Amino acid sequence: MELFWYIALLFMLTVYLVLEGYDFGAGIVHLFFAKSEEDKKMITKSIGPFWDANEVWLIASGGVLFFAFPTLYASSFSGFYLPLIMILWLLIFRAIGLELHGFVNNHLWKSIWNTSFGVASLLLALFFGIALGNIVRGVNLGMVDNGVSTQEAHYFFLPLWNSTFSPQANHLGVIDWFTVFLGVIAVIALTIHGANWVIFKTSTSLNQKLKKVVFTMNFALFAFVIVSLLIWHNIQENPYENFNNHPWLWIFPVISFVGIFGLFKVKSYKDGMGFLFSTLFLVGGFVASAVSIFPKMLPSTNDVNPSLTLYNASAHEYGLSVGVYWFVIAFALVSLYFIVQHKVFKGKMDHIHYGDH
Amino acid sequence: MEDMIFYDRMQFAFTITFHYLFPQLTMGLSLLIVYFKWRYLRTHEESFNHAAKFWMKIFSLNFVMGVVTGIPMEFQFGTNWAKFSELTGGVIGQTLAMEGMFSFFLESSFLGLFLFGEKLLGQKLHFLTGFLVFLGSWASGYLIIATHSWMQHPVGYEILENGKFVLNNFAALFSNPWLIPSFLHNQAASLVTSSFVMAAVGAFYILNKKEAEFGKLFVKTGVYFGLAASLFVAFPSGDMLAKNVVKYQPVTFAAMEGVFETEEGGAEIVLIGQPNILEKKLDNKIAVPGVLSFLTHQRWNATIYGLNEFDEKLYPTNIAGLYYAYHIMVGLGTIFIGLMGLSLFFLIRKKLFSTEWILWSLVFALPFPYIANISGWYTAELGRQPWLVYNLLRTVEGASPTVSSGNTLFTLLGFIGLYFLLGMLFLLLAGRIIKHGPNPQID
Ligand code: HDD
Ligand code: HEM
Ligand code: HEM
Repeated sequence: MELFWYIALLFMLTVYLVLEGYDFGAGIVHLFFAKSEEDKKMITKSIGPFWDANEVWLIASGGVLFFAFPTLYASSFSGFYLPLIMILWLLIFRAIGLELHGFVNNHLWKSIWNTSFGVASLLLALFFGIALGNIVRGVNLGMVDNGVSTQEAHYFFLPLWNSTFSPQANHLGVIDWFTVFLGVIAVIALTIHGANWVIFKTSTSLNQKLKKVVFTMNFALFAFVIVSLLIWHNIQENPYENFNNHPWLWIFPVISFVGIFGLFKVKSYKDGMGFLFSTLFLVGGFVASAVSIFPKMLPSTNDVNPSLTLYNASAHEYGLSVGVYWFVIAFALVSLYFIVQHKVFKGKMDHIHYGDH
Repeated sequence: MEDMIFYDRMQFAFTITFHYLFPQLTMGLSLLIVYFKWRYLRTHEESFNHAAKFWMKIFSLNFVMGVVTGIPMEFQFGTNWAKFSELTGGVIGQTLAMEGMFSFFLESSFLGLFLFGEKLLGQKLHFLTGFLVFLGSWASGYLIIATHSWMQHPVGYEILENGKFVLNNFAALFSNPWLIPSFLHNQAASLVTSSFVMAAVGAFYILNKKEAEFGKLFVKTGVYFGLAASLFVAFPSGDMLAKNVVKYQPVTFAAMEGVFETEEGGAEIVLIGQPNILEKKLDNKIAVPGVLSFLTHQRWNATIYGLNEFDEKLYPTNIAGLYYAYHIMVGLGTIFIGLMGLSLFFLIRKKLFSTEWILWSLVFALPFPYIANISGWYTAELGRQPWLVYNLLRTVEGASPTVSSGNTLFTLLGFIGLYFLLGMLFLLLAGRIIKHGPNPQID
């Protein structure tokens, strides 16, 4: 049963990454590349009917985490207290930036909310990359000092940073050079992903330019990914162990590289294909990082307290089993909504209007 | 320990109070919008569709505020109440996860379609998407109240040696005797809020001699729904809830009603009075004999147990606050019935739209349903103190062990600043929408 919920959760988070990833990315494109008000409007229109449903994947994943792995939920949410609350604030700025800029027709008003939307999107992409870095790096569970736990074995608290910014320090911080590195990868990857979405769903004057941007940024992405693979050894002792034990898992890194290589040809194929390739990159990369620490869900960096795994952090058997019934039903419904939504708004969305009168 | 969690409690109370200002309008208003859409489908009168569109604008603004203030709520169980989450997640995690999967997806997917898709969908399907948004928001209310009801009256669980609550009966979560009365009462109360808002905007248009035709439609709709909902809030739903409290939390009930000494042979109901906690009595009391006994047990001389019967350790932590919250809610509820009843009387005699004083009363009534709703929740939450899970888990035992009060104070200040901004923006923009009015000609 734990395994079922692990897969369900991983799946939901992956969907979240792909969906909200494009609307974070669209925000970054909107911030840096869209100059005219017309283009900005098109970009926001292309995510307007979707962003809230996309964000619900995060909320629902939070709910499933709470329900299936209460210990992990309690430990990580209180341990990453400050960055999580900041993520909440950024989500607020992003959402109101997006929704409120159209209410008043004044250029100052618009530029304030446009900026709020763009900057919050950028920072969120960075934060989520940093979050992934924190998970694979692990934390000092039980806050062990000189070999003694100062807290219950599964609780911890991380400050935002320590003065060394090192992922191997005794007193870790949320922000260190490794996690920031992953944060930067996330920003680049989501910018590409968002640009692909804009190309896919609109016909802005930007589309040609955006294809070039995707092409250039893809070099950077490729280089960063290679470097990250090289430094991964510093963080995790045996990053390839799971892959070598279960060779079929190699499929995820492979998918990821197919995505990157596909992106190099962005200029030559139909508008939707780029989006497909950036999706492959994200899915492959994210799942590969998650399974590399399997069965851990939050590794411990000390030898005193065990890592949190899907087995020791999960809820009780009965609850997990009844949950499957409603989850399957709910999941079928959610898929149905998703199909309906994307059928109605299929193709380019240039002509959709709010309220539509 | 008590003061270490002070900021946690302040932060939860502040953020949930602010959050709940929005869903109460969302839930009621979605029903009223669906009603307008339905009337439009039946009669093909354009004015109903314009009315629906106008309220959709307010709705979508309100909805965004609800969403952005709701996400912090979902996270705060883990960030600030980690111990509580760890111990009870196996039980209430069910209802909270179901809320995300069943209602938020429904609401958010179809809201996009409802707001952007009228042309693409055609009228019938557009009505359907509106209906699904309504369904999603009520499902959300239902599941969150199921969570809340479990905290008030835990069922279907067992406690392991390590203190963890585990679920052993899924169905019990939904047949909890606390749930249905709470849900009905809460939904009726949210309909009260939205009817009053609609009536107030309508009355404002009539008084302002602008958009008077729409104004009449809004006032009429607001008064019909408002009266029905106000009556329902008091009876049967409020009455059912009160009986639950007597049955399952008698000490809370005594504090709510301000009964310090057991009253045998018939308890009086207090209309006005200030609790004097030190001397254990009410000051400046005005009361009607026998009524409290009658309302709770249908007998004029039934005994009502006072606080003196219980161990002081079980007392709600803030008796005075609880007493006021309850009396404000019930007092306002009575006034609502009066105001809406009077409006209906004038409406039937065709005098409502020309009687200025009553229109003004409708305008100024606007904030009071919000106050009543918040007071109701304070009654419930203060009444549950000092427990997080009634009789089983104390609030002090639920907080996050590693988050220091300095950090919580920092984030609390952040939320206060940010929500102040949100509140100002909401008022500004809602004001603009109302000023612009429902008339499609001036677009
Ligand atoms: C417009 C708002 C409104 C109005 C006019 C009333 N209520 Fe209420 N009440 C609520 C809004 C509300 C609420 C905010 O929605 C609560 C909080 C929890 C709940 O389910 O509903 C609530 C809770 C609540 C409780 C539960 C307290 C607990 O859980 O410990 C009782 C006993 C009553 N109400 C009783 C009444 C009675 C007898 C009313 C008679 C007029 C009344 N309410 C009017
Ligand atoms: C139905 C969903 C709700 C749940 C599951 C819930 C749960 C909680 C929890 C976990 C706490 C923190 C512990 C505590 O201090 O008691 C709390 C406190 C509180 N809640 Fe709720 N709550 C809900 C709805 C509401 C609403 C809608 C309001 C008000 C509008 C509200 C008002 C408060 C207040 C004022 C406190 C602080 C009480 C105190 O600390 O003395 N709650 N609630
Ligand atoms: C502590 C308790 C609560 C939590 C954790 C919570 C959580 C949330 C979240 C995450 C959202 C955003 C959903 C989206 O993105 O679409 C939301 C919105 C909503 N919540 Fe709450 N909520 C709480 C209290 C309540 C209460 C007491 C009610 C009503 C009874 C309620 C009713 C709603 C509704 C109807 C919405 C959707 C629309 C809107 O907010 O305007 N919530 N809530």
